[in-house]
Amino acid sequence: MKQRTRLMECGVGLFVLAGFLGLIYLGLQVSGITPGQRGETFTLHANFGDIGGLRANSRVTMAGVTVGRVTAISLDDQWFDGHVTMEISDELRDKLSTDSTAAILTSGLLGEQYVGLTTGADPETLKDGDTIRDTQQALVLENLIQQFISNMGSSGS
Amino acid sequence: MIDWLAGLGRSTLDVVGGLGRSAILLVRSLFGMPSIEGFRLWLRQMHFVGVLSLPIILVSALFIGMVIALQGYMILVDFGADAALGQMVALSLLRELAPVVAALLFAGRAGSALTAEIGLMKATEQLTSMEMIGVDPLRRVIAPRLWAGLVSMPLLAVIFAVVGIYGGYLVGVEWLGVYPGSYWGNMQANVDFVHDVLNGVVKSVVFGLVVTWIAVFQGYDLVPTSEGISRATTRTVVYGSLAVLGLDFVLTALMFGDS
Amino acid sequence: MIRSNLIEVASLSFSRGDREIFRGVDLQVPAGKVTAIMGPSGTGKTTLLKLIGGQLVPDAGRVSIAGQDVHQLSRRALFALRRRMGMLFQSGALFSDLSVFENVAFPLRVHTDLPESMIRDQVLIKLEAVGLRGARELMPSELSGGMTRRVALARAIALDPELIMYDEPFVGQDPISKGVLVKLIKDLNRAFAMTSVIVSHDIQETLSIADYVYLIADGRVMAHGTPDQLDTEADPKVSQFIHGEPDGPVPFHYPAAPFADELLGAGRPE
Repeated sequence: MKQRTRLMECGVGLFVLAGFLGLIYLGLQVSGITPGQRGETFTLHANFGDIGGLRANSRVTMAGVTVGRVTAISLDDQWFDGHVTMEISDELRDKLSTDSTAAILTSGLLGEQYVGLTTGADPETLKDGDTIRDTQQALVLENLIQQFISNMGSSGS
Repeated sequence: MIDWLAGLGRSTLDVVGGLGRSAILLVRSLFGMPSIEGFRLWLRQMHFVGVLSLPIILVSALFIGMVIALQGYMILVDFGADAALGQMVALSLLRELAPVVAALLFAGRAGSALTAEIGLMKATEQLTSMEMIGVDPLRRVIAPRLWAGLVSMPLLAVIFAVVGIYGGYLVGVEWLGVYPGSYWGNMQANVDFVHDVLNGVVKSVVFGLVVTWIAVFQGYDLVPTSEGISRATTRTVVYGSLAVLGLDFVLTALMFGDS
Repeated sequence: MIRSNLIEVASLSFSRGDREIFRGVDLQVPAGKVTAIMGPSGTGKTTLLKLIGGQLVPDAGRVSIAGQDVHQLSRRALFALRRRMGMLFQSGALFSDLSVFENVAFPLRVHTDLPESMIRDQVLIKLEAVGLRGARELMPSELSGGMTRRVALARAIALDPELIMYDEPFVGQDPISKGVLVKLIKDLNRAFAMTSVIVSHDIQETLSIADYVYLIADGRVMAHGTPDQLDTEADPKVSQFIHGEPDGPVPFHYPAAPFADELLGAGRPE
């Protein structure tokens, strides 16, 4: 009797533990939260003519490697541009040149959109809170098709 | 005409009366003084309600994860978007399938057992004799079961999601050859901990409360005959499942409706 | 003032749905005696016990135990009053997830702060009184019907109540178990000076231990008196019940149209 109670208690303990470990797993592996990431990043801004399908939490990559994420998106009401705020890993602090470019890229044909950074040649580097000037807007499929059709039209005549 | 009106009135009164009795049961049993004895009773019910539901949850989760991955892959590969498989498996499990399917299985496995057990205790006068001894059966019998259901449901749903995602990984990556980096990477980029994971957990807490509540009330309120017990057990599964599906729509509209 | 009646029931009425079960029942249970409440089955004897125990609320009338009106008490006071009563249920109603020992210990654990060793002694005393000390490790599902009822009796007297109510204690028991229960009820009443109320329709066994008998039929008290008085009662209904005659004022047949009519007359399918 006593031993069965003990066994039951262990079972319940394991069950509760499995539940909490599962929650932690969902946090770390599935939703990609990295513990202690906060405070080890710096912020950059960029304006794009069209942000396409970019949204908060989209990846920021450099040469295909994820180096940060988009934290906020808003409309710049002075230039009527999409204003994107990004959080970049501290490893890149003071290493990106001021003439770096940011482009909104698409993974696959219909995949999600993300920001790709490419560094330039300028010896001066971007500081926390600086804005990337050289940007390339998202490819919007409709615009692309329209361009293609008008090109065909002009070259045909 | 008068008969029809009287019938309508009587069934309305029955329904309202039942809702009232079940609300009293819920309030009186949920808000009791916690005690060491109560904790021990709760632990015992956690075993019956939670641990013993694990096998069915684990097996179903594995297969459901595998099926979503297979079906999803066949659709996504046509668009060349098979890299988005991880995201699809994880989101459908976290937001919908884990809380809902785990709650449906829970209603069938644990809910019906709770109703039958309490009904049998009522039929054999155990509840009455407890009252005559001066112990409130709501505290002693109902409360530990309600709390056990409320706590085990989210745990079961989380375990369901983890196992389902692993099942999706087995089929998508190991069998169909999706690149593991894109399976996990896409998932991590698109799953938000608060918005997706925690909302799913909130759903399962609500489902756990409602299903267990229905189960213990049906057991406590049944007609103590063998026919009464079998009917109440059926009602637990039917009402429990309907309540889960209906509430799921309401909760989904509240949580994800505006984004 | 010495209160000689432990329970007083005055003009009690109760109905379930449209069916009237009691219409103005009056009875008194004297302290320290064995009082039997008898009547044909289906007359609501168990319901009467539930009314006395405060589990059902009457439509009219009052029940008082030791001077307290049972149905006016708060829930807390009612539970406190129930600690002073024991009740033996028809089915025994042992808690199926606890062993015999734990079943008898249950009231002690809930209502007292006794140390484990004293609880053990108390439980063993009660189990010894019903002759089942050796069966303490068994689970209720392993007991026979008679043993179940004896364990339930041990549990009912665990807190040494002033009042113990027996709901059909002899029903479905073999003659030996019946004899054992009769002896137990008699001994307990004498040894612990408990007031006993027996609800039953087993005439012989009940009359052999009761000090006073109430006969209930058709929702009211039909007759009352000592067993000897009832034995010589002239009322044909009472004497039919007491002597167990199959036919009499209480008919053998459920009400129906005359037999000959149904066999030969109208309403016969062609």
